[in-house]
Amino acid sequence: MQLVLEKRLEQSRTIALVSPLIAIALTLLTMSILFVLLGKNPLLALGVYFIDPLTDGYSLQEIAVKATPLVMIAIGLSLCYLANAWNIGAEGQLLIGAVAGSWIAVKTQGTDAGHWVLPAMLLAGAVAGALYALIPALCRVKFGASEILTSLMLVYVADLLLDYLVRGPWRDPAGFNFPTTAEFDPVATVPVLIEGGRLHLGSLIALLVVASAFVVLGRTIMGFEIRVVGAAPRAARFAGFNADHLILLTFAISGALAGLAGIIEVAGPIGHLQPGISPGYGFTAIIVAFLGRLNPVGILIAGLFLALTFIGGEQAQITMKIPLDVTKVFQGILLFYVLACDSFILYRFRLVSRQVTHGIG
Amino acid sequence: MSELLSDDPSRSDTPLLQALGLTKRYGAFVANDAIDIEVCGGQIHALLGENGAGKSTLVKAIYGLIQPDSGELRWQGQRIVLAGPAQARALGIGMVFQHFSLFENLTVAENVALGLDGRESFKAMSARLDEVARAYGLPLDPKREVWQLSVGERQRIEIVRVLMQNPKFLILDEPTAVLTPQEADQLFVVLKRLRAEGRAILYISHKLEEVKLLCDTATVLRAGRKVAACDPRQETAASLARMMVGTEVKEVKAAGTRRITVPRLVVNDLNLAPEDTHGVRLRQISLELKGGEIFGIAGVAGNGQDELFAALSGERLVREPGTVVIDGIACGHLSITQRRRLGAAFVPEERLGHGTAPRMKLSENALLTGHAAGDMVHHGFVDAAATLRAVDRATKTFDVRKAKRDPEAASLSGGNLQKFVVGREILRGPAVLIVNQPTWGVDAGAAAVIRQALLDLADAGAAVLVTSQDLDELIEIADRIAVMFHGRLSAPLSRAEATREKLGLLMGGSSIADKEPVHAAGA
Repeated sequence: MQLVLEKRLEQSRTIALVSPLIAIALTLLTMSILFVLLGKNPLLALGVYFIDPLTDGYSLQEIAVKATPLVMIAIGLSLCYLANAWNIGAEGQLLIGAVAGSWIAVKTQGTDAGHWVLPAMLLAGAVAGALYALIPALCRVKFGASEILTSLMLVYVADLLLDYLVRGPWRDPAGFNFPTTAEFDPVATVPVLIEGGRLHLGSLIALLVVASAFVVLGRTIMGFEIRVVGAAPRAARFAGFNADHLILLTFAISGALAGLAGIIEVAGPIGHLQPGISPGYGFTAIIVAFLGRLNPVGILIAGLFLALTFIGGEQAQITMKIPLDVTKVFQGILLFYVLACDSFILYRFRLVSRQVTHGIG
Repeated sequence: MSELLSDDPSRSDTPLLQALGLTKRYGAFVANDAIDIEVCGGQIHALLGENGAGKSTLVKAIYGLIQPDSGELRWQGQRIVLAGPAQARALGIGMVFQHFSLFENLTVAENVALGLDGRESFKAMSARLDEVARAYGLPLDPKREVWQLSVGERQRIEIVRVLMQNPKFLILDEPTAVLTPQEADQLFVVLKRLRAEGRAILYISHKLEEVKLLCDTATVLRAGRKVAACDPRQETAASLARMMVGTEVKEVKAAGTRRITVPRLVVNDLNLAPEDTHGVRLRQISLELKGGEIFGIAGVAGNGQDELFAALSGERLVREPGTVVIDGIACGHLSITQRRRLGAAFVPEERLGHGTAPRMKLSENALLTGHAAGDMVHHGFVDAAATLRAVDRATKTFDVRKAKRDPEAASLSGGNLQKFVVGREILRGPAVLIVNQPTWGVDAGAAAVIRQALLDLADAGAAVLVTSQDLDELIEIADRIAVMFHGRLSAPLSRAEATREKLGLLMGGSSIADKEPVHAAGA
């Protein structure tokens, strides 16, 4: 008897749904081994990671707050990935969006500017993110430069630009030399949904983005174009769909969503611009996109799940002295298993018996 | 080369090669189901069957490329198990593949040297190559680089390479598929000579006339099983076809009420540089195609057919709008979508990946070309019901067999997917249909349905441009036939003028005016 990997006639819909769950199960198993090696009780650690945050209202709100940028960015990235355009630089687009929106907040600080400030900031964040994402997209379309490398490298450019601004021209004069802008005015702040809570308007915007992506991908010709260009480039050309236009379009959309997520973070939960506004949302969103099967609803669920790992990681650090980097290890292992389990959508295991004799008989 | 003659000139009673109950499974699919075959020295044995009947699997097992799951092979009566092709070659089994494995940038001699297991010096090998090539009338210049050679010459390299191993048993996989009729005739002379030397040849083909002409015995495979063993000289092409297909093959016929009307597709002096270095430059292509007419383009693959399809469909644009005219509208600069809106429809050669997105449903593949015109898209939103209706119509009209209402394109068999792809375009009621290789790799039943549909479409007043490597197909359905060679299109011949001989000469690159065929020197 022998185990062989055999191609399926059609993609399995069941496996497409189950494969992320298998990946999560395998990840939890691997994590348990890791916890044992770290000398911690794996059951206790997994409890702190995944159960405790779900048991109190504050943590639940915090999960939604963390999931908001993840989901928003991952939706944009999923459009790119479906179209075979590899935007790895959402983190940079997030930072640039945050910078551009903050510019309006900083310039209107202390003036009697009205309620147009926040909408203008959100718009500026989205536009700046889109323009920043178009740099690697244009380089790809015009010069054939790998968008994977250029988009990734632009992350560091954005990071350093933000650093320069908050340490230099935009630094709060009353901020004891800390690298940060002054607290934004109330008109430049994203309102919270529950008085005294953390949940803010951004979460509703994220839900709106999920719903729009669902409609666009499933029901419109534009969504169809995106899917065909990625799945069968030659057939897309035969259909009259322009792959270059779609690379520009999907990069612009994902950049805009990342930029929007960035300014919402700054104008919402954080309240001012400072270095380290994102714990790697732009990179974690890549995992969210794939764990969610590049499907809007899947991404919503995956975003909440990965937000849980951020919160759980913080709690594990406090209560069990588990290093925060373990959260990143967890996310990496998860992406690994998700991609591996995807093989079973197109392939299946089969036990076959074969008798082979060797040599001349 | 005379070694074999003295070896065993009288055909002994023991067959040279036997397969007994040979079975090969791929997962649940049985490619070869208990196949028996025996081939004797001094025989050309035809292996007949449609695409997917199991011919390739069988010869791969004989050549040691795959291991059978059960059954056995016997060589001169002795049971053998082949670990690989090297072992098969050592026994005296040689194979010429349908797809050549040659390095374009190396010379003929270098390519031959790479394919031999021997240890002789390059100089000695070159001399022997020259000797074998001359002996069999297969002229080859050992010093020329392969990229300069025609398809026929490339095949000669493969044949000479195998002959240099002095095989007792030779397998040829559809050797004439890429040849002009004249080149094929030359090949037959060589094969008959090999037979006279006492060698055995296993000849895979689905061209029945040539099998009747050339072969002494035949084994017919259908759906992985051996269905008949016969003497092809005693059979008719129709009876052989019946054995291959299992049912009577329908003959296609035009209604006979064809009305040739106004020009619907005009190409004026089309010149186009290739997109990549190995592409073909289109030169001065002009043609005029009227409504109610089927225009055939013959030619050996790789002479610019793909490039012409791209230029006519609008996958590639040309600078001069007037180069391509559809129904009186200059559209060389218009996209494929705009040309579809003018009433043009296109069927590319490659079904999976070009004509359809393999992993998408049929309804989505209906939308692939249907989005340009018609009722499938409203204000940017896709009407899923309309796309499903298009699938249902194609299914019903063209008898597309599938497991469920809306499966993925890749799950259909070649013939059924081709019926869907052709049906998808024809049901849009096109003014002009441009189709490449309409029945390539398709079973005989589906091929008949598709050819009939093309005739019916022309009867209904459309202009149909068919590019095909299958001369019989073009002669059967086309009103006029032109030949593509090195990116140029010959003047068209009427159906009455278009004999296999004339078309063959054009396919080999000589113009009709030339009295001397270019190949005469070799034979």
